[in-house]
Amino acid sequence: MDLKEEEFIYPGTRACAGCGMALIYRIALKALGPKTILTVPASCLTVLHGMQGFCSTKLSVLHTPFATTGASASGIVASLDDKGLSDEICVVAFAGDGGTTDIGIQSLSGAAERGTNFIYACYDNEAYMNTGVQRSGSTPLGAFSTTTPMGKDGHKKNMPKILEAHGIPYVATACASYPLDLYEKFQKAREIKGPKYIHILAPCPPGWGYEPKDTIKIGRLAVETGFWPLYEIENGRMTLSRPSKKYSDEQKRKPIKEYLETQKRFKSLDNNTVQNYEQYINDLWSEVNQRLEREQE
Amino acid sequence: MKEITVDELIQPKVQFVTGNDAIVYGALLANCRFFAGYPITPATEILESMTQYLPLLKEGYCIQMEDEIGSIGAIIGASWNNVRTMTATSGPGFSLMQENLGYACMTETPCVIVDVQRTGPSTGQPTKPAQGDVMESRWGTHGDHNIIVLYPNSVQEALWTTIRAFNLADKYRTPVVLLSDAAIAHTRERLEIPLEKEVEIIKRIPVTIDKSKYHPFRTGYSVPSKVPEMDRFGNKYHTYLTGLTHDWKAYPETNSAEVHEKLVRRLYEKIDDNRHDIIKYEEKYLEDADIVIVCYGIASRTVYSAVETAREKGFKVGLFRPITLWPFPEDKIYDISLDIDKFLVIEMNLGQIYHSVLEYSKGNCQVESLFTLGGQLPREKEILKKIRKR
Repeated sequence: MDLKEEEFIYPGTRACAGCGMALIYRIALKALGPKTILTVPASCLTVLHGMQGFCSTKLSVLHTPFATTGASASGIVASLDDKGLSDEICVVAFAGDGGTTDIGIQSLSGAAERGTNFIYACYDNEAYMNTGVQRSGSTPLGAFSTTTPMGKDGHKKNMPKILEAHGIPYVATACASYPLDLYEKFQKAREIKGPKYIHILAPCPPGWGYEPKDTIKIGRLAVETGFWPLYEIENGRMTLSRPSKKYSDEQKRKPIKEYLETQKRFKSLDNNTVQNYEQYINDLWSEVNQRLEREQE
Repeated sequence: MKEITVDELIQPKVQFVTGNDAIVYGALLANCRFFAGYPITPATEILESMTQYLPLLKEGYCIQMEDEIGSIGAIIGASWNNVRTMTATSGPGFSLMQENLGYACMTETPCVIVDVQRTGPSTGQPTKPAQGDVMESRWGTHGDHNIIVLYPNSVQEALWTTIRAFNLADKYRTPVVLLSDAAIAHTRERLEIPLEKEVEIIKRIPVTIDKSKYHPFRTGYSVPSKVPEMDRFGNKYHTYLTGLTHDWKAYPETNSAEVHEKLVRRLYEKIDDNRHDIIKYEEKYLEDADIVIVCYGIASRTVYSAVETAREKGFKVGLFRPITLWPFPEDKIYDISLDIDKFLVIEMNLGQIYHSVLEYSKGNCQVESLFTLGGQLPREKEILKKIRKR
């Protein structure tokens, strides 16, 4: 598959070196094309967009208050509907994990329930990175943040599952390390009518504590260890995405330790927590495998 | 984890720290043991420090909430377990809190809300100081209500003002807004930290009445005050709280004008009657002044030197700095206005306290203004220019 050559962000953004979100954003916009309106709450993405004179995005963007991403998308879509433009112009909400799993969940849920014709993309760097690494509902078990100095209790919130429970036509997970998979998912979502939700893991060098050059490697490890399965749920039917297919088989998954060890935020993990992770991944996959079997019948 | 005391926790006793640190220390010394917050620049460090310190203290608890509505909701709930509670935020978060701020006024729930101001409206400039929330802190929540708002101007004063905020909240059973700004929040200054025993704690009025006679909003039965006594949830009395208009028995009453008026007037008066206790200010060179500069918070820091320079040049300039912004020191403004030619109101907004000064000086003197925006502190040169202009 060929990616489009046209770019919708200019080179030289204000994102950190090795930013997973910047990669995701660039690829997603390529898939979405020029007829796209974005609504973005406070997040690292608003930092990427840059300052006066250096705005890095070529599309129309509504930088919306934190709690109302879904609502602002609803408004834009409704006004496009009025003019008969909502099939032609794609409205995309692009929010971080804090803006999605915590403060924004109410307005996202409302928009999903109303059947708003839009794509909601959550780039998940697993904490409030823009304000300097505070935990979010999406921070994984045991991870250090400035507000979980002893490591976070409990696993991350399963947002795709919550969105799926809204009965929306398209839910997908993706990862910055698999740009073609990501590209396809955005392209597909653009063609589907109704609410679409794409949750993308976005490795973050300063927040997770690793070298910027390792972003792709770390994102891959998240998939290869089975921690972050890539899948699509179309009208209630789940399919595993290509990069994740073989990890249905427990034997093929890399040990989770390999993923955790690469990041400073997991430095103080004890064996119990690692075992907890192993159990978590097993449970996650047995649920996925059972479902796939059931749906094949 | 081993529990330690506040005195052990805050070491050494003289530190070179930020305003946010001072607010945290003040809160801990004031026996605040519950904090709920949400990250927002420039207030995030308060949440970060609280998550580190509170779990070390006896009965200390800190939660990072899902948003600012959650933060203030949690501190109102926790306050009803006889715990001193606090949250900290900045403009956008403070706006989200407004409904619950009114709820805290209506249910007379003591709590402290720190608003570290940044420029606005909306997202504004997150790292720049501003004073644009002065009116919002007074009138942000809907309906007639009264509220206490304090605003220190230095790291040291931030510590003592925080302690005072908790005392006023408990004494008058009201939310207290503690204003700060991005400059005070992030400026490092010398801070002298008192011992716990050197800090006066004014407790809530406990319920002493027989259970059969207890009503949550009955006032004046053990102390002559318009402030009701306060029980804690789970204790021997039952307390029903509602944001609906309620009578002294806490029963909702949505038809009677009389009940509503009685309630709202009492909520007003319990604070207004005690203005002398609540209002605090700094004054300098008022005795012989022709011109008095009114300023507060971070904007006052450059005014000090401007006043000295003006005095050296022979201008009779005085300074009046309210530390309690609301209730507004209106009597003092009136008294000063009788003896001077001109007030010069200096604030980092487009005129918020200015209008109160204009109102309460009642035409006795001129009222001029110097407003700065975009995080810019008032410059001495501009202040002197205003002073020279007769």
